[in-house]
Amino acid sequence: MTTAGGTVVDYGDAALMVQLGSTAEVEAWADALREADLPGVLDVVPAARTVLVILDGPREQEPVRRRLLRMRVAEGERVIERASEAVIEVCYDGPDLAEVARLTGLTAREVIAAHTRTPWRVGFSGFAPGFAYLVDGDPRLRVPRRSDPRTAVPAGSVALADEFSAVYPRRSPGGWQLIGHTDAVLWDLERPDPALLTRGMRVRFRAV
Amino acid sequence: MAGAGVRLEILTSGPLAVVQDLGRPGLAHLGVGRSGAADRRAHGLANRLVANPADRATVEVTLGGFAARVHGGDIDIAVTGADGDPAVGGIPIGTNCTHHVLDGQVISLGVPRAGLRTYLAVRGGIAVAPVLGSRSYDVMAQIGPPPLHAGDLVAVGAPTDAYPELDQAPVPAITGDAVELSVVPGPRDDWIADPDALVRAAWTASERGDRVGIRLVGRPLQHRHPGRQLPSEGTTRGAIQVPPNGLPVILGPDHPVTGGYPVIGVVIARDLDTLAQVRPGQTVRLRWSRPFTRSEHSGGT
Repeated sequence: MTTAGGTVVDYGDAALMVQLGSTAEVEAWADALREADLPGVLDVVPAARTVLVILDGPREQEPVRRRLLRMRVAEGERVIERASEAVIEVCYDGPDLAEVARLTGLTAREVIAAHTRTPWRVGFSGFAPGFAYLVDGDPRLRVPRRSDPRTAVPAGSVALADEFSAVYPRRSPGGWQLIGHTDAVLWDLERPDPALLTRGMRVRFRAV
Repeated sequence: MAGAGVRLEILTSGPLAVVQDLGRPGLAHLGVGRSGAADRRAHGLANRLVANPADRATVEVTLGGFAARVHGGDIDIAVTGADGDPAVGGIPIGTNCTHHVLDGQVISLGVPRAGLRTYLAVRGGIAVAPVLGSRSYDVMAQIGPPPLHAGDLVAVGAPTDAYPELDQAPVPAITGDAVELSVVPGPRDDWIADPDALVRAAWTASERGDRVGIRLVGRPLQHRHPGRQLPSEGTTRGAIQVPPNGLPVILGPDHPVTGGYPVIGVVIARDLDTLAQVRPGQTVRLRWSRPFTRSEHSGGT
């Protein structure tokens, strides 16, 4: 078992950022911080290589920093396992499918096979309500974001960027590579759980 | 005395009138940000003046043009923030004080001479249905009670037993002069070739500003490694992002939960309410609150 040490930096005077080496470390820290439920912490925002700890105010910054510096987080130990699995049906007709094939050296069919064959897992959410960053996919699908982000990506777009895949919950600007689209509703406030994809959930894509 | 059944009929909304409270913190795991009143000091003062608990909602009016008629009883109100010559029945009532409004009277807020956002608190609070635990409207996430429009009827909540302890509060006037904001450097100041360029020159708040963020116009900052991509990171209100075009954006209360542009610095908490009152075209000066990013290592074996 490895112990994940983070670098703690100020993020203004009412937040702290823990900088880490991998998404797995990020998940372990986010779990540990939620579990610790430190006084003065309003929210914990995991992302690709960082966990942002949002504080109730400047007076919380020093005490919480001291707690963070003392924390020992065992990587992989506390990642929440949830039995639930979502299957998302995808029409692989995205405008960037050919570009993703070129970037990965695969054919378009191989991209689709790689995207559907390996189950993904929700690492964390962000950007917009219901937007889940999916991790643990086929490593061959790592592609950079577009250098020229789109001003409007349609709702339901299935996308790749860096080590992640995601589905855009609604029409929004976006710089990810679009490989397909789905009719699945990712965010619906009328549901008891508005987000379709929540932390720890396994996600399988199925080509239709 | 206000009671159940009192309502405000919105006559005009101006450019943007939204219900706000202290927001919905703690929902980052759903991709939902805090939102809430942009000028929390003004919002909080308005609530205090009418003896509302801190969690009650007010109306946040951007650049005036708001009018509402009271139905179903008398109410007590307070108007704070940008001074748009608030009036009741056409008679000025002033800001930062309480005022008794009779059933049928019209409350109106004009365009402020300086500042951007005016807050209208009603004793009992604005009682629209909360969404995910808050009555704030998040313009980016489109969560919460939708912006107010002419013809809307808005319920006023039941007042608590508390009675106003102050009927007016001394507040420094909001001016149209250059504002100066203190900024903690980092965490990504090293992604910018000359981060001090942020604090050397004066910036102008652009027309493209809203509750998501304010764009600053001036001499563009240079990225140290153009084209290099930062993995997405959590963000907060006051974070100063530098997109590829080099023109900084200071994030507002409805910012995305995460963002992929490097953050050169973050405006200190105390100056966020000042930031919320910056108008398009106003001069903004930034200064470092201290010389460099502090980092310490934690954990490890």
